[in-house]
Amino acid sequence: MSTHVRHLRGLTVVTALMITAGLALTFFYAPLDAEQGFVQKIFYIHVPLAIVSLVGFCLGGVYGIGYLRTGKRVWDMRSYCAIHMSLIFSVGGLIAGSIWAKASWGHWWVWSDPTLVSYLIVILLYCTYQPMRFSIEDPERQARYAAVFSIVAGAFVPINFIIVNLSSEYLHPRVLNLQGGAMPGSMKLAFYTSLVAIALLFATLMKYEMASKELRIETRRLRRRLLGEDAGPLGRTASPS
Amino acid sequence: MRTATAILRKDLLLELRTLETLPSMALLSVSTFVIFHFGLNRDSLSGQLAAGVFTVTLLFAAMLAINRLFVAEREQGGFDAFLLAPVDRTAMFAAKAAALFIFMVALELVAVPAFALLLAPPRLGHSLPAFTLLLLLADGAFAVIGTFVSALAVHTRARDLIGPIIGLPLMLPALIATARGIGPLLTPNASGSPQAKWLLVLALYDLFNALLAVGLFDYLIEE
Repeated sequence: MSTHVRHLRGLTVVTALMITAGLALTFFYAPLDAEQGFVQKIFYIHVPLAIVSLVGFCLGGVYGIGYLRTGKRVWDMRSYCAIHMSLIFSVGGLIAGSIWAKASWGHWWVWSDPTLVSYLIVILLYCTYQPMRFSIEDPERQARYAAVFSIVAGAFVPINFIIVNLSSEYLHPRVLNLQGGAMPGSMKLAFYTSLVAIALLFATLMKYEMASKELRIETRRLRRRLLGEDAGPLGRTASPS
Repeated sequence: MRTATAILRKDLLLELRTLETLPSMALLSVSTFVIFHFGLNRDSLSGQLAAGVFTVTLLFAAMLAINRLFVAEREQGGFDAFLLAPVDRTAMFAAKAAALFIFMVALELVAVPAFALLLAPPRLGHSLPAFTLLLLLADGAFAVIGTFVSALAVHTRARDLIGPIIGLPLMLPALIATARGIGPLLTPNASGSPQAKWLLVLALYDLFNALLAVGLFDYLIEE
């Protein structure tokens, strides 16, 4: 078994427990929001999803640096899986945010909110990651270009947020500011538990994806050894191979 | 530096002899103005609307140049020759970015008068210095990001598709700053001085991307 799989079972159990705890705290412990009522509960999912996906995008860039420095394929795999998972999480976050916006501001999409708009721009950029990988045939070049992309895009994430923020006024509720936010303690507990739970979910799913990819590469290698030329062509893929 | 100048001279000479890219860019920008005239059903534009139309037109024209920037190198073995030569690879980036910058300035020499003539934005003459300054900074962003994206896209199978879809989101912050900066300059009672905020944002964004691109460009042209 490869090194990524070593702690997979324990991690899965911990993640499942944390998710349960996060959901339980959200629904049974955290108080109802005085203005928004029950719909505000989506905040405990939407914000962690958004934060974890953005951190994941930046993490993809850090792994990209790792690939360019070492040239080891495993860094490319990490970078790919981090960006892949972040993309899924960010689409989830965008949908959850949209539902919340409809409930609290009355519109599915609000242009005057820079956080939402810059989030969309980041997602648009990362949506091009897989088409780009897919259209490069040489695996070595694919990994190298993907690493360069992940670094540029990872650096783009914070810069983009600053510039889009400059272009409009705040509308997004600032629940996390430097003064400790405006949340009561019970809400904070539920929020941070959810945040940790979603972060763990990200790590677990990423490890599963890496394990599955490693296994597929191994299977392919064995098939080729068994069948020789009859194993058939490799076929192009967007993931590291 | 000498390498960069040599590549730049080659690119400009090639463009002068073939006249492939620049006339297409100019034509495209004029056609876009005509489309906007009919699409918006307005004889003249002002304020943020004028700024938006002009920025989008520049972007379209820039995309043409960006798509073609490395095509000659790829098709005629320029990359291999360059890699074999004992020269600094950043020279290629500097030369290509400079060529793209010069293309954009040349395009604007046509596009700005055409814009003034066809869509008659108010106070353009009065705000011209500030307008030019913003455009030059925007050209910097087009040049730096465009060169980077073009180098990335030229080795992919679907380069005409990959270039624009990666380039657009990367250029968005610069486009936001350009459009927001130009907007107040084209209102009927414009003061003629630009908002320092947008100049600063554009300059910093140019600088940031230039550093990033110089740092990573080597990895894109390696074989």
